[in-house]
Amino acid sequence: MSTLTHDTAPSARPSAAPRRPAATARRTSPNALLSKGVVNGFLIVAALYTLMPVSWLLFAATKNHRDLFATSGFAFGDFNLLANIQHVFTFNDGIYLRWFGNSVLYSVVGSAASTFLCVATGYAFDKYDFRGKEKLFGLVLGGVLVPTTVIQLPMYLLATKAGVVNTYWALLLPALVNPFGVYLARVFSEGYVPNEVLEAARVDGAGELGTFARISLPMLAPGFMTIFLFSFTASWNNFFGALVMLNDEELYPVNLGLFMWNSVTGQQPEYYSLVITGSLVAVVPLIVAFVCLQRFWRSGLTAGAVK
Amino acid sequence: MAAPSAPAVGHKAVHAPAAGPPGTSRLRRGQRRTAALFIVPFFVLFAVVMVAPIGYAVWMSLFEERSSGLGFGGTERAFAGLANYTKALSDAGFRDSFVHIALYCAVYIPVMIGGSLALALLVDSALARAKRFFQLALFLPHAIPGLIASIIWIYLYTPGLSPVLDLIGSFGGSWDFYSNDHVLLSMVNLCAWQWMGYNMVIFYAALQAVPREVIEAATVDGAGAFRTALQIKVPMIASAVVMTVLFTCVGAIQIFTEPKLLNQRGAPSIDTEWSPTLFIWKAGFVQHDYGTAAAASLMLALLGVVLSYLVTRLGNRWKAAQ
Repeated sequence: MSTLTHDTAPSARPSAAPRRPAATARRTSPNALLSKGVVNGFLIVAALYTLMPVSWLLFAATKNHRDLFATSGFAFGDFNLLANIQHVFTFNDGIYLRWFGNSVLYSVVGSAASTFLCVATGYAFDKYDFRGKEKLFGLVLGGVLVPTTVIQLPMYLLATKAGVVNTYWALLLPALVNPFGVYLARVFSEGYVPNEVLEAARVDGAGELGTFARISLPMLAPGFMTIFLFSFTASWNNFFGALVMLNDEELYPVNLGLFMWNSVTGQQPEYYSLVITGSLVAVVPLIVAFVCLQRFWRSGLTAGAVK
Repeated sequence: MAAPSAPAVGHKAVHAPAAGPPGTSRLRRGQRRTAALFIVPFFVLFAVVMVAPIGYAVWMSLFEERSSGLGFGGTERAFAGLANYTKALSDAGFRDSFVHIALYCAVYIPVMIGGSLALALLVDSALARAKRFFQLALFLPHAIPGLIASIIWIYLYTPGLSPVLDLIGSFGGSWDFYSNDHVLLSMVNLCAWQWMGYNMVIFYAALQAVPREVIEAATVDGAGAFRTALQIKVPMIASAVVMTVLFTCVGAIQIFTEPKLLNQRGAPSIDTEWSPTLFIWKAGFVQHDYGTAAAASLMLALLGVVLSYLVTRLGNRWKAAQ
């Protein structure tokens, strides 16, 4: 195969050309321009597809109830964004703000605690030898594959017995355990914390805990962020768990609250505005966070993929 | 966990790479204590929120509640053997739910894997411009919570609200996203929108690790970009593909939010036990038939295990064939 030279390459190309015009050379021939157009055209179509629903949400959130149905989806009616936002935050004594706070508690505080546990555990799996280590790690990997919806019912019944159903703990405790995070933390610990550094610290007489806190943890900071993002999206997405565990409106996260509002739109269409604006208010901080933190999720997905 | 094998620990410590200078055994003991301190909290919680519920589900699935005597004194729990399993399996709704997700997977998995792989290859192509922008734009839906994504799309499926339907209408066409023939596609679209960019980034990251020389060699050999993509690049990221198929399958069989919302919207063919998870929800939380719900949960988990095994097995064979 490699006996072909540069000279023969162009002559080989036309044979492929009739079938797939997009596959031809990259020099500035008309063909190459066409291929470039096709590749980028497909990507633009795909990007329009992914961006369309969110942009529609943006337009819809600026409209009053009448315009929502009367005007086209991608046109402005009367500009009511601020009024809508105010309505969302003041409706029902400001319950939405309460939900938002709950979501922050479940997602930010829960994920931070969960990530800390993951990092400590993954680090121990990487840096220390102990009996049964690989078996325990296998258990963690098994945990990655356990369908979360499967353990929801028994967890609910156990939580009922323990009296934690319908409390913050009902969502926080399960969120603390993130087996995939432990796996990632081990991978990151192997990659970011050189064993020599730990040996040096030991020779200097540093304690294990001090070494972890002062040397290893700062080195693991990017990995910490990545795992945090994974836990964070998992808890934002945990609709089933919230639906099962909570029935006190005051404890709802945003998604369960929006679900409740959405379920009455059939009878009371004026709730549409609330759901739409409420969704936008919930989504904007997430999009901003994801754009700002892109390098972290990217490194997380890479670590997951290389495996 | 490690208690019964104390001598073996010492034995292992001898063979383990020594930490260096004298005083090693004291050091090792310190390290083991630190290791325990680090992993015990996680495993305690792991036992509480994963192992215990699974164990409890197994136990529950073997018992059933019978009302005692004349209906006084509530119910009593009686050993039922596999009765809950046969009861779930003989329920047409439960069996149908597996048919539904099989059909759903038959459409969803190829669309998802094919689509995200194609997008990753396009972004990876030398011809693509603005790669960072496209990655970000395609990944963006993943930042949106699944429930909110479902609500947005369901509004986009709703006549009167939807610009998509307006557009179709302006060309004189019509489409009903909720009709029996279309609702499965509507569901596939909903999930594909949420996850395609995520999987694309995984594939793209893996493609970045393919050595450039390999691709250059193929180009020199006269392989067009299309053939290089399919015959060189895809096999080289086989691990990422297999892993993604695995996670996509395990996720797809648990589908809940999307059919739940479509059912709430009145899509005629999506009933309250359309997917296994909806069935479990209904059996457990509406009918309070915990035995059946637990048995159904475990059968769903078993399906997950079997699927994981099959995907890994087939994946390894595919990788070996490359």
